[in-house]
Amino acid sequence: MSVPQAPSTLSQKFGAGLTWSSSVVVLFFLLAPILAIIPLSFSSGNFLTYPLPGFSLRWYEELLTSEKWLPALRNSMIVGISATILATILGTLAAMGLNRARFPFKPLVMALLLSPMIVPVVITAIGVYFFFAPLGLANSFAGLIIAHTVLGAPFVVITVSATLAHFDIGMARAAASLGAAPLTGFFRVVLPLIMPGVASGALFAFATSFDEVVVALMIAGPEQRTLPREMFSGIRESINPTITAVATVLILTSVVLLVCLEFLRRRNERLTKGA
Amino acid sequence: MVGGDVLVQFSMVQKTYDGETLVVKNLDLDIHRGEFLTLLGPSGSGKTTTLMMLAGFEVPTYGDIKLNGKAINAVPPHKRNIGMVFQNYALFPHMTVEQNVAFPLEVRKVPKAEVGAKVAHALEMVRLAEFGKRRPAQLSGGQQQRVALARALVFDPELVLMDEPLGALDKQLREHMQMEIKDLHEKLGITVVYVTHDQSEALTMSDRVAVFHDGVIQQIAAPDVLYEQPKNAFVANFIGENNNLQGEVESIDGDRCTVRLEDGERISATRVNVYGVDMPTTLSIRPERLVVGGDAADGAANHLDATVVDTIYLGDHLRVVAEAAGKARLMVKMQAAANQPLPRAGDRIALSFRAEDCRAHAPLKTVSAQDD
Repeated sequence: MSVPQAPSTLSQKFGAGLTWSSSVVVLFFLLAPILAIIPLSFSSGNFLTYPLPGFSLRWYEELLTSEKWLPALRNSMIVGISATILATILGTLAAMGLNRARFPFKPLVMALLLSPMIVPVVITAIGVYFFFAPLGLANSFAGLIIAHTVLGAPFVVITVSATLAHFDIGMARAAASLGAAPLTGFFRVVLPLIMPGVASGALFAFATSFDEVVVALMIAGPEQRTLPREMFSGIRESINPTITAVATVLILTSVVLLVCLEFLRRRNERLTKGA
Repeated sequence: MVGGDVLVQFSMVQKTYDGETLVVKNLDLDIHRGEFLTLLGPSGSGKTTTLMMLAGFEVPTYGDIKLNGKAINAVPPHKRNIGMVFQNYALFPHMTVEQNVAFPLEVRKVPKAEVGAKVAHALEMVRLAEFGKRRPAQLSGGQQQRVALARALVFDPELVLMDEPLGALDKQLREHMQMEIKDLHEKLGITVVYVTHDQSEALTMSDRVAVFHDGVIQQIAAPDVLYEQPKNAFVANFIGENNNLQGEVESIDGDRCTVRLEDGERISATRVNVYGVDMPTTLSIRPERLVVGGDAADGAANHLDATVVDTIYLGDHLRVVAEAAGKARLMVKMQAAANQPLPRAGDRIALSFRAEDCRAHAPLKTVSAQDD
């Protein structure tokens, strides 16, 4: 990262001031709604209002003891982890194939793979519902996992493709020249080197599934109610501050994921640059 | 070393990437066991493609490559048991030096105890015994290249390919590594196929050099033969320095011919690849074979009057740029003798040279059509 030069002239000072103040405003608008939720989850009152009547952990207690939220969390984890594993494997394979192959319709195939990111989720969800229902995949974990895999895979394709663009084909060749069969070469040389891309794709895929509500509304039956699905109905039926506790947990999860991502990136930088 | 039995044989090998232009044309090449063969040529001459076909990363469009008498066209790279050193080293950054060198042994399922001993021995061979625990990124360029060498040699391949391995190093280190690689080659008795575009590197290291141009081997010979008896104008100009004079063949007498220069001067030359009277020809004379102020007594067949354009003093020798035979510029390399006045710009000098040192080639642009 380059360090900006210290402003010297009046116009430069003015410009720097403008940059700073607009950055602060943007960040405030992005973060304020999210941060406002967190104190509410520690409220002792029954309503989502400021000022807080008092401090309590009762909503966290309710979250951890309720018949409703714990199974939802469990479902979210099952669906999220399964979909992440599937999306990561499929997305990585697709990215590698697209990276090596030379054929005329490559951009078209790429666009098709990425389309779940662009097509409105409602449309995907309805399509998935009508497609899955006759196959018996509606109201099932399998159906929800497959749908979330489709939504998460594009992130893996993008991050792995970006990593492969800088990947030295000489590495794979070196492994082969040293006697490694293609699979051995992949697992011992290529995969460790593109791991940052694979891992960040996996984190994005997990986050996508963990936050997803529209497909869950269509596909998930009572047995597969996920955390976001439960929050959605919670807001519609009765505004209960437990939701803020759930939201706080989700925010924390996202922060942890982002920190992991950054850690991975730095570790990789250190590896390739030495030091 | 040349004359050992044939380890690798290319026969009628062709390669095209686009189905139109041949990058390698009808290549016939025998590589002998134990020799150090360099493929030398400008970029795009087909030398790297030839190496990649031998390594298995490119497939010949036509023709056969045999290793130890067996066709290897269909053998994937990892089953060829050929060591390879890449231009950018291609060390695995996520492994330590030891792990890098152990890699070819591990994928061959060599027992653990043996792996340790072999890795230690290989690292000792390239004088990096203390660096085993480091990562490649913590080593200098020369050290990384030595690790790459150790890794390519540790599994005792018969044949080692090197693709411009010293290209990224500075001049001094490159010269040092040239000697080191040559020593390893002699000590281990392996066969090395080395690709470079640096002719001095090729001359220094090789038993034989194959000069590539336009997808064709122009000449394959020992370094001294290549320098003294180039087979055509391309080789003459690519290997070492040469002065070129344009003229027409006036008469042919066995391996000698008389050439008429543009200004009417007649030169007696060695006939290389000119076959008819009145053909245009390029005469090549090495700068060190032009003698300043020689007289008839030294047996030189040819004399030219020249005007000095410039003199460059280089300590152990002088370079004199002179104009002769009309507008032709000649570079003369002469010993700097003590107490001798330097030729100065504008001086008239007499240049003489022997017919043996003046070689008549077909002009460059028709070379590939006429040669072979």
